[in-house]
Amino acid sequence: MAEELKLIFERGTEEQHLTLLPECDVPVVELSEKRESRLHLPHVCENDLIRHYTALSKRVHGVNDGFYPLGSCTMKYNPKINEAMAALPGFTQIHPLQPVETVQGCLEVIHTLNSLLCEVTGMQGMTMQPAAGAHGEFSGLMLIKAYHQDRGDTGRTKIIVPDSAHGTNPASAVMAGFSVINIPSGSDGCVDLDALRAAVGPDTAGLMLTNPNTVGIFDKNILEITGIVHEAGGLCYYDGANLNAVMGVVRPGDMGFDCIHMNLHKTFSTPHGGGGPGAGAVGCKEFLKKYLPGPEVELKDGKYVLVKPEKSFGRVKSFYGNFLVVVRALTYVMTLGKQGIPEAAKNAVMNANYMRVKLAKAYDMAYDEICMHEFVMCLQKLHEETGVSALDIAKGMLDNGIHPPTMYFPTIVHEALMVEPCETESKETMDEVCEIYCKLAELARTDPEALHTAPHATPVRRLDEVKAARDQVVRYEFH
Amino acid sequence: MDFPKELKYTKDDEWVKMIDDTTALVGITDYAQDQLNDIVFVTLPAVGDEVTADTPFGDVESVKAVSDLVCPVTGVVAEVNEELDDSPELLNSDPYGNWIIKVENITGFADLMDADAYEAKTKEG
Amino acid sequence: MGTYVPTTAKEREEMLRVIGVDSIDGLYRSVPADMLLGDNLNLPDGMSELEVREAIADIAEKNKIYKTCLRGAGSYRHFIPAVVKSVASREELLTAYTPYQAEISQGILQSIFEFQTMICELTGMDVSNASHYDGATAAAETVTMCRDRKRRKAYVAATAHPHVIETMQTYCWASNTEIAVVPAKDGRVDKEALKAALGDDAACFYLQQPNFCGQMEDAAEIGEIVHAAGAKFVMGVNPIACAIMKTPRECGADIAVGEGQPLGMDIAFGGPYLGFMAVPKKMTRSLPGRIVGQTVDTEGKRGFVLTLSGREQHIRREKASSNICSNQALCAFTAGVYLSAMGETGLKQAATLCISKAHYLAAQLEKELGWKLVYGGEFFHEFVTECPDADKALKALDAHGILGGLPVEGGILWCVTELLTKKKLDEVVAILKEVF
Repeated sequence: MAEELKLIFERGTEEQHLTLLPECDVPVVELSEKRESRLHLPHVCENDLIRHYTALSKRVHGVNDGFYPLGSCTMKYNPKINEAMAALPGFTQIHPLQPVETVQGCLEVIHTLNSLLCEVTGMQGMTMQPAAGAHGEFSGLMLIKAYHQDRGDTGRTKIIVPDSAHGTNPASAVMAGFSVINIPSGSDGCVDLDALRAAVGPDTAGLMLTNPNTVGIFDKNILEITGIVHEAGGLCYYDGANLNAVMGVVRPGDMGFDCIHMNLHKTFSTPHGGGGPGAGAVGCKEFLKKYLPGPEVELKDGKYVLVKPEKSFGRVKSFYGNFLVVVRALTYVMTLGKQGIPEAAKNAVMNANYMRVKLAKAYDMAYDEICMHEFVMCLQKLHEETGVSALDIAKGMLDNGIHPPTMYFPTIVHEALMVEPCETESKETMDEVCEIYCKLAELARTDPEALHTAPHATPVRRLDEVKAARDQVVRYEFH
Repeated sequence: MDFPKELKYTKDDEWVKMIDDTTALVGITDYAQDQLNDIVFVTLPAVGDEVTADTPFGDVESVKAVSDLVCPVTGVVAEVNEELDDSPELLNSDPYGNWIIKVENITGFADLMDADAYEAKTKEG
Repeated sequence: MGTYVPTTAKEREEMLRVIGVDSIDGLYRSVPADMLLGDNLNLPDGMSELEVREAIADIAEKNKIYKTCLRGAGSYRHFIPAVVKSVASREELLTAYTPYQAEISQGILQSIFEFQTMICELTGMDVSNASHYDGATAAAETVTMCRDRKRRKAYVAATAHPHVIETMQTYCWASNTEIAVVPAKDGRVDKEALKAALGDDAACFYLQQPNFCGQMEDAAEIGEIVHAAGAKFVMGVNPIACAIMKTPRECGADIAVGEGQPLGMDIAFGGPYLGFMAVPKKMTRSLPGRIVGQTVDTEGKRGFVLTLSGREQHIRREKASSNICSNQALCAFTAGVYLSAMGETGLKQAATLCISKAHYLAAQLEKELGWKLVYGGEFFHEFVTECPDADKALKALDAHGILGGLPVEGGILWCVTELLTKKKLDEVVAILKEVF
C-alpha cells in the first residue's frame, strides 16, 4: 500500500533554507507600514525540496505515461520540439513592453500562427489573446455582441445553445450578458431543426455550436443550421473543441460560422499542464475583425506593428495572450504543414471508428453509426443488468494503468463514457486497450463488487467527495 | 419512503405546510433528498425576498449536480432556516423536520396535491 | 513532412477493413461533398524536426534579449532558482490533464492544495482558488463576486495597471455593469474623489498595491472609506511585496487578487502568467475556478480532490458565476515551487533587495543627474523620475544591452529587482550621465 505523502509544510525544520540570494549591497530600506502576521512558507533544504516534488511527480498520470482517451479533450502526444522552442531565451527573456523593433520575432510568431490558423479554419481575422477555451468563447461572443450593438440592434439578447453543449457554452453566454435558450437535440444527437426554427427570432444574437457535436457526430445539416440563424439575423459561433476531427478536411468558415475559438492545448498539441495554461485563439470573418480585442499584429511595409482594431470591444487580459503556448502551437502547425494537418484529423477519425467497432461487442454505443474523432458509449443497460456504473468501469481502468475516458458527458446520454483516442496512438496500444475494456465489461458481470470498490492498486482509493465538500479544508493550517 | 399525510406536495418534489391562511413552511420531500444523494450546500434566498409559485427560489447542491428549489407559493420570505448553512445534510436526514423557508403574505399557489397523489406520481418516475 | 501518426499503411488498411469502409475519406460521408477541402488547403509543406528547429530559432533571433532589465509595468524579471526550472519542467506534470480522476492525480492535487495554502499565507486570506488566467482577469471577475441586486456599480483606481482597468471595463461592458475610474492625485488614489464617487449602488472598489507607478497606497484607510459606503474592498497585490507589506487581510480587503508572474515565471512576452484569487472563509462560494480540498479515501488515508464544484460551469451551466474551466495550473505549480524554494526568509530577502535597490537607483538618478522623483509617496520597487528626454535616455541604455524604464506621463517608470547589483546600477547611472 502506498504511503501517505507529506505536505511540503510538514517537511523540514524552521532553520532549513536554500542559499539563493546575496546580502544587500546597498543601504537597506524598509516600508513604514509592515506586514504584521507571520508569513508561513515551507522551510526545507534543497535536497528535500527536490525529493518532495519528485514524489509528487510519481503520483501523476500524463500523456507521457499512457493512453488518454478523454472525449472532448484531445489528449494527443505533446511533441518535445515544442517544449524546446518555447524554452528559447529569444522568447522567454523578452519583456512584453519592449520597443516594437526589438520584438519583431514575437510579433512574427503571433502573426504567422494567425495566418496559418485562418487558413485552416476559413477565417480572416484572429487573436491569440484569450488564455483558454472558455476565455475564447467569451471573446467570440463579445464579437457578436459588439457587432449587433454597432448596428444599433440592441434587442438581440439571446444565445441559442444545444442541450448537448459543454457547460462553458451557456456560462460564457451569460458572462457576455446574454440569456440562454437551450434547444433539445434530436434522437440522433444532432440539432433538431424544428426546435431551432422555433427558437430563432428578432431577439437571437447567435448560436453556439460545435461540429462534430459533443457526441462525436458530424451534423450533415450544418449549412441549413447556420442558414436558419443567419436568416433570423443572428451570427454563428463555432466551439472549436472538436476541431481535431476536421482540421484541414473541412473548415468552420465554410460551414457558415462567423467566429470561432480553438483550443491550442487540445487540437494543436500544447500540453495540458494539469489544467492549464492553454490558449483559446479566436478567429472571425472579415466583417468582425474591427471588433477584435487588440492590440493585434499587422504587417506594414515589411515590419510587424501592433494595432488596436478601430471598434475593439476591449482587452480580455493583460499583454498579448499565453505567448509561449502560441510558440508551441506554431511549431506544431509548421511541423505538420499542408499534408500533416488533414492527416492528423483523418487518422483521429479512423482510430475512433476502429475502437468503436471493436468495443461494440462488449459495450452499447450511444449512436450506432460512423463517428468522427470520438464516440460515446452508453452503459445504462449494463448498469441496470449488473449494477455496475460508468464510474465503476472507469475506476476499474485505473487499476489497469490506463486513464478513463470522459465520464457522464455529454449529459444527454445516460451512464456515458466518451472515448477519443487521437491520431497519435498506435494500433498496438488501441488493441491492448480494447482488450482491457472488454475484460472490464466481463468483470462487471462476473464480479461487480470488484468494480464497485475499484481502484485497488492506485496510491489512494476512492475519495470521499462529500466529506471534502462539507469539511471545506482547502488549505493547510499552521500551528 | 415517507409521505406525511398532513402536508401538501408539488410536482417539483417540494412540500408545503400551511401555518395559517397566508403563512407556510416549504421544504423538499423524502423522495427528493433520496434522488439528490448527499446534499453539500443549500443556496437560500434572503428574508424579504419575493417568491413566486412555480419559480426557483434557491437551489440544492450535491457533489455532482445542482437542483433548483421551485416555490409552491407566491409571497414574501419571512424566515430562512439558517441551520442549513452549516448543516445542509439535515435535508437528507430529516427532510420533513427541516423546513427551508417560511413564506408570509401568500397570495397564490402552484398546483398542490395530497400525499397519495404525490406518492403515485413518484412511482411513475 | 512532420507527423506524429504512428500507424503504418498496412495497419491502416486492416483498420479500415474492421471498420467496414474502403478509405479514410469514406468516414467523412456525412460531410457535404462541396465542403470538403480536398487538396485546397493553402498551407506551406510540413517540415522535419531539424527544419522546424532552424525556422523557429531564426524567428527567435529577431528579438532583442536585453541582458539588464529596468522595466516592470506588470511584467517583472526576477531571479528564478534553478530548482524551479528543474521541477516545473518535469513532464509528468506537463502532460497531465485536469485532475478529475483523483486517485491517479494526487501529485497535481496536492501541489495545488499547497499553492492555495501559500497564496492564503501571502494575502492573509482563508481560501484561495487554483488560479485564474492572470492578474487582470482575476480583477475583472471580482466584480461578479461583489455585485448583488442593489449594488451594481464597480469602481477602479486610476492608479491600477492600464491593462487591468481595460480588462475590467471589457468584462463590465459584457455584463452590462457600470464601472467608473476614480482619479489619482500625486500618483495615488484621490481619497476625496473616492469618497465622493462611492454611492449607494457601489458594489466594489479595486485598488492596486503597489500601484502602477510603484507608489504605496493608504490601503487600510481606503478600505475604511469603501466599507463606509457599503461596498466591498478588492486589492490587487504584488506577491513579492506581500512578504513585507501589510497584507490585504490586514488592510481590511474582502478579496485579494494579483499577478503571480513574479513567482518564478519568465517574462516571456506577456504569457503564460498567473492570476490568483483569495477570500475570507465567508466568501468561499463566490470564488470562481477550481478549488482543491482535503479528504480521506475508503481506507482513511488522506487525499485531495477538486471540490465545491457546484459553483462551476460544468454543473451550473448558465447559472454559473464564471465560465472558467482550464486555468493556469502549471504556472500555479511553478509559483508553489518558487515559494517553497524561497521560503519566508528568501522571499523577505527578495522583497528587501527589490525595495532597497530601487531606492538606491532613485537616489543616484537624483544625485548624479538631477532627475527627481515625480511622486512624493513611499514606493516599493518601481518609481517614476523626471527625464528631460526619455528617447535619448533609453537609446543610450539600449546601446549597452539595457532595457530602461517605461516612458510614462511625467517621465520614466523604473523598476529594480534583486537581479541588479549595485555595480550595475552605478553603470546605468554612468551611461546616462555620459549623454545628459
